[in-house]
Amino acid sequence: MNSIDALKELLYKMADDQLIIGHRNSEWTGLGPILEEDIAFSSMAQDKIGQSEHLYNLLNQLGEADADTVAFTRNANQFHSSKLVELPIGDYSFSLIRHFLFDFSEYLRFEALRSSAYEPLAQVSKKFFGEIKYHTMHANTWVNQLGNGNEESHRKMQESLNYAWNYALGIFEPGPAENILVDDYIFIGEESLKNRWLDTIAPLLKKSGLTIPSEDTWKPIFGGRTGLHTENLQPLLEEMTEVYSIDPSADW
Amino acid sequence: MDKKSNQALESIDPRITRAKIEQTGDKSDMEDLAHFQTFEVFHQNKRGAQHKHVGIVHAPNPDMALLYAKEQYARREVTANLWVVPSSCISATEYSDDDIFSTTPEKKYRNPASYKVIDRINAFKERGSKPSDQV
Repeated sequence: MNSIDALKELLYKMADDQLIIGHRNSEWTGLGPILEEDIAFSSMAQDKIGQSEHLYNLLNQLGEADADTVAFTRNANQFHSSKLVELPIGDYSFSLIRHFLFDFSEYLRFEALRSSAYEPLAQVSKKFFGEIKYHTMHANTWVNQLGNGNEESHRKMQESLNYAWNYALGIFEPGPAENILVDDYIFIGEESLKNRWLDTIAPLLKKSGLTIPSEDTWKPIFGGRTGLHTENLQPLLEEMTEVYSIDPSADW
Repeated sequence: MDKKSNQALESIDPRITRAKIEQTGDKSDMEDLAHFQTFEVFHQNKRGAQHKHVGIVHAPNPDMALLYAKEQYARREVTANLWVVPSSCISATEYSDDDIFSTTPEKKYRNPASYKVIDRINAFKERGSKPSDQV
């Protein structure tokens, strides 16, 4: 694997994560717990899909097909997204915990990539940094609110954190040629990113009254980055691409 | 809340059907649900400009009110800053007392546009910022 292939692998997993979680979170549109939250969560889901488009455009510049083709014509086993993002929305506590765990990883990833030696990626990372920062503010405020809420809200948040944890560790599945990206100052690597993520979220979760599962139970759920997915991804893709499948030239 | 029927709601929207929402038949008492306070939102479009009132959000506390204010009122506007203030902190005049304002429209002389001062301003500018007491 040469450095262009390694770069494409990085871009694909970032873009696919954002497209899939953007689609998943958009499933709350119209069903959110209160009007204001419905609008905020939907707006952030749109942001994610917009960010994925920019990354697909970078891939397009590297010789991959255009954004729509890449987003709408691949099957589940061609997606590089983590298993965390394809899980069903569950109840709101799970969607919020996933939003918290994923968005902090994304925030730190983009923060690191702002100084990437691959200039187009550094530009995109700078452009979206503020947007993602708001997403983490939203996530942290909610987690804090419900983690420190009443007995029921605390319990639901803790159960969702326990369930999501090993999937969240799966975000940081090492890339096959990551050392090339690290040597070329393109990306800091998944292991470093994971350590930054743990350092960032641990005090926030503690402040929210929530407990990270004990380290001897950690078993990262990998596979997503190499196209091995849960049974949840293919139905999601079929729903997402329904209009495109009927008419690839449809415009809306 | 009593569940009078366990039948799940079916919809042409697959998300609704998937959510397995039970049809309870009873109407929720909105007063029970309305436990959030409202916050007035003030929007500033650039630093130094006035914050202008743009509307309200419902939220349990100021932090969440700010989150929502951002998405409701700063999603499409250029924004420098937002304020939220609990609606309960606003003191207002009574509409029944609105006769205190009734003669205001007649007091045109209080409106600076009514003064014909532009000639004096121009003359002032021509003199090069030297004030004159000639009126």
